[in-house]
Parts: sequence; structure tokens; C-alpha cells
Amino acid sequence: MTLLVEQASLSMSIQDAGRFGYQRFGMPASGPMDWWAFRAANRLVGNHPDAACVEMGYSEAELSVEQHSLMAVTGAGYELLINGRSLPLWMSFTVRPGDRLRLRKTSGGNWVYLAIAGEVQSTTWMGSRSMFPAAGLGRRLSEGDRIPLSASAGERAAFAGHQVPNKQLPDYADSVTLRVVSGPQQERFTPSSIVKFWETTYTLSTQSDRMGYRLQGSPIAHTNGADLVSQGMVLGQIQVPGDGQPIVMMPDHPTTGGYTWIGTVAKVDLPLLAQLSPGSGKVSFSPCELGEAQSAWAEVINQIDSATQAEEDLWLNL
Amino acid sequence: MTEIGEGYPRFSPVGEDALLVTIGEELSAEVNHQVRLIDRRMQEVPQTGIIEWLPAYASILVLYDPFQVQLPAVTNWVKTCSRGTATVDEPAPELVEILVRYGGADGPDLADVAAYHGLSQAEVVSKHTEGVYQVGMMGFLPGFPYLLGLNPGLSTPRLDQPRTHVPAGSVGIAGMQTGVYPLESPGGWRLIGRTDHALFDPLQEPHFTLSPGDVVRFVPAAEGVQP
Repeated sequence: MTLLVEQASLSMSIQDAGRFGYQRFGMPASGPMDWWAFRAANRLVGNHPDAACVEMGYSEAELSVEQHSLMAVTGAGYELLINGRSLPLWMSFTVRPGDRLRLRKTSGGNWVYLAIAGEVQSTTWMGSRSMFPAAGLGRRLSEGDRIPLSASAGERAAFAGHQVPNKQLPDYADSVTLRVVSGPQQERFTPSSIVKFWETTYTLSTQSDRMGYRLQGSPIAHTNGADLVSQGMVLGQIQVPGDGQPIVMMPDHPTTGGYTWIGTVAKVDLPLLAQLSPGSGKVSFSPCELGEAQSAWAEVINQIDSATQAEEDLWLNL
Repeated sequence: MTEIGEGYPRFSPVGEDALLVTIGEELSAEVNHQVRLIDRRMQEVPQTGIIEWLPAYASILVLYDPFQVQLPAVTNWVKTCSRGTATVDEPAPELVEILVRYGGADGPDLADVAAYHGLSQAEVVSKHTEGVYQVGMMGFLPGFPYLLGLNPGLSTPRLDQPRTHVPAGSVGIAGMQTGVYPLESPGGWRLIGRTDHALFDPLQEPHFTLSPGDVVRFVPAAEGVQP
């Protein structure tokens, strides 16, 4: 049984936690843009926290249900309508055959995750269901596509109505301050540029996608050019190419890069960046120690998991 | 056999869950050789909590799960793997031959590369096929090999205006590097030929024909410019 795509959003794909083990061959890891919303969606329907969800971004989408299922939609920038009736995000709910889910685009965010109990049963490539169209691993979902679901998607209907409390949601906003762990190449940037980096409010460029988020603001000057011998890159790493405008690596980022980098956005704050609106979202940075970033990350994972504790044993028993 | 340079390897955390191990600062065969030796030792001596690692030209990026292992333990593991690599016996690398149709529509920049160096097209093909190349690292696209060992007489800068569509299988030159596009993509390398040799298959194992450290030779196909 499936979920039928009646209308696809501009960026609509299946994403699990990512494809690991092949980055040495140049294969990007992929995975969700907003890991916090992704994890919560899975937990709300009793899935493994890394299970595959439908990720939708940039514009509205509509799906019709062909099977009794437990679902949850999390994220920001969308209103969820079931048969025309509005339902909160960050809550599990059940649907029946014939129901229509509409994800209406609003302001204040850019990505939502639809989790279905029992996980989306789409194609697995190299150990992951994450789509990566650039390399022929699936393509963007489009109208008429059928997303295969587990036969047991309706069995956990009793868990409908679980909700992440409002005070435990990410602080999504149009203007965000992201914690950054500094990198080892500080001497590659002029001292005044580093000061400027911490003081500038950048605007998220419209040339931003699942590979990278480009920022526009006062340029960062290099002491000795922007190039370095190509090296591996990570999610959230802030590259500074020759024009001095930072680019933050997002899940489909190339595995290696040859530009200097100034630091890495803390995992805990990446969802705030991901949800900014290209063209208008504002970003500034604040320095953060590695240990502090690690603790904050662990804390949020615990918080998500405890907010959805009712389902904890479910995925362990799958 | 060379030793790792003084002051190296250098260890730098990258965010909460990665460690960058810098073996050297320049693109050299010696440094790249050390990267491969350490990479091999890391494969032989597993460490819990390691997700994967990316050997590049002169560095290795290690991704770890900070909820399973702490940074000092990861650093110690790589340090141990870096020690005494100069005395390790290296197995003979895999040799892969790639059949290339040089010039014409398959290699639209062959004439420009030849003109840039004041050579004939046949001489460029000759120098390119004489080379023995090592996969220095992979990246940019799944299965894209950055090959070391280009004849300095063929070193050519990238195009000023990258192409929006480079066909899969295109063989190109960028500075002192040569490589093969495994997929259609945008790209700024000078294209001198094209191969049907598949470098990446997401559906079948092995998914990648080449691995870092493999040795590659290009063989001229009968259909193209001959050396």
C-alpha cells in the first residue's frame, strides 16, 4: 500500500539519517536538512530515529492516503490540513484511505518531515533510502508517484495524539544566531576579517539548496588566498571561497573541498539555519567550545527522545 | 620510503563529530603515500565509535560518534596508526586500465590543450597514455578519481567558464591533475577524451571501480586520435 503524491513540493524526497561508509569514494552522505524535526517525526510514530521520512521543502505539497496509517508531520513553514481541516505539526495522528494531506506553505520555515509508522518502504541504495538525484539515486518525487508504506502502518493507531510540547520545539526564527566551533585555519584569514565574521549579520542567498547554504554579507579577507589542498568536509562546515562569502555545507554537500574554512556550525543550531527562508533569512554567528557544542547536542537528543517517550519501546521491538 | 614530515600529523577537531588529520600541506606523491599507509593501518586496527573516514591528498577526515567514543581516544587511535608507517610493507596497488577515445566530440578540448603546449594532438595523447597514475583521492562526484602523475608538460589550467554539462566518462585535465567524470555534471576540466568504463554503479557491487591508492593507465581506443 502506498501514499500517492497528488502535488509535489519543489524539493520533495525520501530521506533517512543518511548514507555512510562511501564518502571516501566521493559519495555524499545526504540525510535530512533539519535533523531535529526528522528525529521527532520518527519518534512520534514509534519509528527508529533514523528511519526514512518524506522531506518536503520550498512549496506546497498534497498527498492522498491509500492505507490506514499512523503519521506525524514536523518542521516549520507549513500548515498541515487533513481533508481541509487544520492539524498541528509535531503531533501524531491517524489517517484512513481516501484522506488527503495538504502541506500548505506559510512563512517562518522551509522544511517539513512526514513520518509514517513502520517507515517508508522505498528503494534502498547502498544501505540508505536517502535519494540523491545528482548521482541517479532516485529523483525528486513528483505528481503521480506512489510512496510504498509498511503493511503495519496502521497498527500503532493507539499512539495517535502524542505531541512534542511547544516549549521543547526548536527556536525557529527569521533571524538566528548560530553557535560555531572555530576551525584550525584562523591564520588564513585577516584578524579584522575574523572579528567581522562574528559581528556581521548575513543574509541567506536564494542560491541555497540541499548541497549548501550561501550567505551574503561583508566579505571575509584571506591572508594567502582561498585555496588549500582538497580535504574532506562535514555537514555544517563553513567554507570561505575567494569572494569571501561563506557557504555552509548541507546534507548533499560534496565530500571534499578545496577552500579554506572558518569553523563548523553546531549540530544543535543547524536546524535553525536549515529552516531560514532563502533571500530574507538572517544569520549571525557566536563562538562555541567543542565540549559545549557536544553537550548541547546530547541534551537536545535526550529532550526529543523523552518528549516522545511513549513510543520508546516500539521501535526497539520492531 | 619517506617518513611523515616533522610536526605532522596535525590533529584538528571539525565540529562535534569529526577529526581532521593533516599529514602535509602540499599535494605531493610522498605525502599522499603516507595518507594511504595510515588509511591501511586504520582499516587493519578497528576502533569502536568510528563511522567512516575520508582519505584525501594530504589529510584524513575521521567521522566519529561522540556518544560512543571521545575525541582523545580517536586521536590516539590515529596516532598509533601513524607510527612506524615507513616500515610497513605496502601491497601492490590494483592496476586499472581505462580505454579512452581521444579527441573529436569525445575530447573537445584536446586541440586547445595541444595548442597551449605547442604539441600535436597525437603528442598529447602519447604523453597522457604513457603516464602511470595513482588515485590520490576521490571526491567532487561519487566515483570521481583525482589522479596524480600527470606529465608536467600537459599541465593546463581549468576552463575560464565551466561547462554546464560534461558527459559521463569524460577524461579531463585540470592543472597537474587528470581525472574521469563518472556521471554527467557541470565541470571546468579540459576534456581530452571519453571512456565507456563505468566508474560508479549505485545498483551493483562493487559500487565503485576505483579506490584511493589504485593505479590507473589510459589506453587509446581505435576510434580516437592515436598517440
